This record gives sequence, structure tokens and C-alpha cells, in this order.
Amino acid sequence: MLDGEPLVRWHWLGDHLGYLADLTADHAVIALVPVLLALLLAVPLGLACARFPRLYQPLAAVFNVVYALPSLAVFVVLIPYTGLATRQTVMVPLTCYALAVLLPTAVDGLRAVPEPVRQAATAMGYGPWRRLAAVELPASVPYLIGGLRVAAVSSISLAAVGALVGRGGLGYLFVDGFQRTFPTPILAGIALVALLALATDLLLVAARRVLAPWERGVAR
Amino acid sequence: MNWLGWLHDFLADPAHRSGPDSIVHRLLEHLAFSAEALGLSALVALPLGLLIGYSGRGLFLVTAVAGVARALPTLGLVTLAVLLAGVGDTAVLLPLTALAAPPMLVAAAEGVRGTDPDVRDAARGIGLTHPQTLLRVCVPAAAPTLLAGVRTASVQVIATATVAAYVGLGGLGRYVIDGLATRNYPTTVGGALLVVLLAVGVQLLFALLIRLAAPPGARSSPRTRARRTGGPSEDPATVPASPPALVKEVP
Repeated sequence: MLDGEPLVRWHWLGDHLGYLADLTADHAVIALVPVLLALLLAVPLGLACARFPRLYQPLAAVFNVVYALPSLAVFVVLIPYTGLATRQTVMVPLTCYALAVLLPTAVDGLRAVPEPVRQAATAMGYGPWRRLAAVELPASVPYLIGGLRVAAVSSISLAAVGALVGRGGLGYLFVDGFQRTFPTPILAGIALVALLALATDLLLVAARRVLAPWERGVAR
Repeated sequence: MNWLGWLHDFLADPAHRSGPDSIVHRLLEHLAFSAEALGLSALVALPLGLLIGYSGRGLFLVTAVAGVARALPTLGLVTLAVLLAGVGDTAVLLPLTALAAPPMLVAAAEGVRGTDPDVRDAARGIGLTHPQTLLRVCVPAAAPTLLAGVRTASVQVIATATVAAYVGLGGLGRYVIDGLATRNYPTTVGGALLVVLLAVGVQLLFALLIRLAAPPGARSSPRTRARRTGGPSEDPATVPASPPALVKEVP
């Protein structure tokens, strides 16, 4: 199929280092800002769900369905509201996908605080807010970071599909390489997406070591 | 923002009523291709996952494969496969099959490994051989987890098959990609809604199957079924099933 075209033209990579760096930065914003937004939404929602279990069942069901929606279809349906080739068209669905992963982990994390610990905090004079900040949230950090690892890596690989609606960061390399029958950008794109995912994952593992040092002996 | 108008345009188009671009034909294409990829993948991933889960060997491999697979961009794999192997359905089948395997591998391994060790010991104690223990005790106990893995894989395949229309695959993704290419928004949005309906339908089907597959002794508590994760070490996206159930009626 390639008619003598080599799999990788190394000089193309050398000539386009700045371009590749720009695409990677754009990709990181498109993919990771939604994960942060989802985290900001997941903690209060998770708190509400942990307090009112009746709320959790329907919300979990809704997010289960949302998580299963094919990304391309959701991007396309949003185009009239957020515009073709805008960041929002890709970032809004990615926020929902990340929230679908993070909400159950937030609820599990908040529920994982043993009742005696909670009562001990109350007995020591902690009010509800202080108890939340000093006991419950720190205790749920390992859970949240576990969820963040899955959400961030999925978000990074899903964001590339956005290239089909005009805004996919590194995904543009796949469209470009396919249209020109030129495998070098495609391979570079796959490698950069995987590297970005790996770097984010390592960063989150490091964050867990700092924020939840008591987990060091237990966690994988 | 005229949804009714768009849907009317999409449904009223004579090309969408009969012939190769009809909705029924595209839907069947999508289903047939997804089923083929899923079936091929299950043939390899499920037995391998069961063996890994039962023996407890190679679990790190399962985790590693699942992590790497999640990080790979589907669009990149699909375009690369077509450039290397040529335009055609076979070229697209390969990445689709590969992407469907990790969720099933993880679910099979975790499901079998999560069977209550006491139940396994009891099965061995009453004289069942290892293959019998695996097939008659562990597999039924792991059935909900297994099915949840197949569900994740199906949804993944349906979504990737949509994306693969970009490189020429048939199916419902054709409407989305062709509509985008020709600036025909009714076609795009009609196709997208059909894809959404298909994905939701498959989800509901699997929800029903998972409910039916739960061993009778474990069917009582809906609370455990709704739980998606057990802690930070588990993977909420690929193993959304209930924790492995206690089998009360062991043969």
C-alpha cells in the first residue's frame, strides 16, 4: 500500500519538532482540563451521594449510560451548540466521561472512612466542615487518584477522535497522515498520545505518594 | 437548532430508506462487523483470562495490557492499519479486535480470581478436578463480571466502528462521516443519534443479561450489584460489575 514510502521518515520528525510540541500542548489542554473540571464536580456530587444514598442510584445509572455513548456521536450532536472545530465541542463530552469514572470513586472514597474514625473526629470537637477537610477528604485521596488515573488516560486517548470534528490536538496527525498516505505523522501521534498518557499517569502516582503517604506500603 | 427538521430530512431521504445507504442496511453492517470483531476477540481473550485468573499467574500482564490499551488512540490505530494493510474491512478488523480484548481479559481474570477461595476449596474437596472447578464453580460465580467485561468491549467496538467509517468502513458511522464531509448536518446528526440508540440498546441488553446471569444465591442484594468499584486498586472503567458472588448451590 505504501509504494516504497518508509514507515518512519525521521527527518520529518526533526523538521516538525515545534509543530509536534504545539499539538501536544493543545492535546493536553483539551484532554486534561475536562478531567480537572470533572474532579471539581465529582467531590461535591460524591459528598451529596454519600449523604443521600437515594440520589446515588439514579445518578450512577445515568452516568453508566453516558459513559457508553460513542464519543464521535456526542461530539457531532454538540456541534450546533458549541460550534464546529471548537475546544468546547470536545471538552464538554470529555468532562462527562471523566465524571462518569470519578463519581463512583469519590463516593466509594467518602464511604470508606470507618464510622469509628468519623465518630472519633466528632468527639475531638471537629465540626462537619473541619471533619470533611481533615479526615474524610484525605482518606478518599487514594480512591480519587485511582479514578483520576483511569479518567485521565481515557480522556487523552479519546480526545484524538475530536480531530474528526476539527479539534483533536494530536489526533490531527492521524487525519493528516491518512489523507496523505504518510505513516510518519500517524506513528508520531500514537507515540505522543501514549507518552502523554504515561507521563500523566506517573504524575498522578507521584501525587498519591505525596498526598497519601500512608498508602505507600499498601498500594501497588 | 431544528432537531425535528433535521431528523425529518434524515428519515425522509429516499437513499436512507432502501439500497446500500439505507438505515436498515447500515445498521446491519454495523452490527455484523461489531459482532465479528467482538467474537474473534472473545475467542482469545476469555479463555486466556479465565486461565490467568484461575492460576493466578500473569495477572501483572493483564493489568499492563489493559493500561496500554486504554492509552492507545483508536483513530490512530485504525488509520495506521489501513495505510499498512490497504483499504478494506479486514484491515479495520484487526485494530477493532485488538481493542475489544483487554476489557474481556481483565473481567475474566478478575472475575475468576475473585471467586470465594472457600468455595473453590470446597469444590476441590468434593472431588472436582481443576477444569471442573473452573467451569462449574468459578465461571458461574464470575458470570456477572464476565458479562460486564463483554459489555465494555461491545460498547468500545461499536464506538470504534463508528470512527472507522473515516477510513471507509460501512455501518452507521458512514452517515456521520459523510455528513460532515458534505456539510449535510441532518445526515450527520441522524447517524449520530442512531449510534447513540444502538449503544444504549446494547447497554440495556447487557444490564438484563447480567441480572439473569447472577447466580440465584447472589441475586438478592441490588446494592452490591450497583457498586462499580471496590477501591483504588480496581479499575472502574473496565470492571464495573458486582463483586464476585457467593455461590450457594454448588454442584
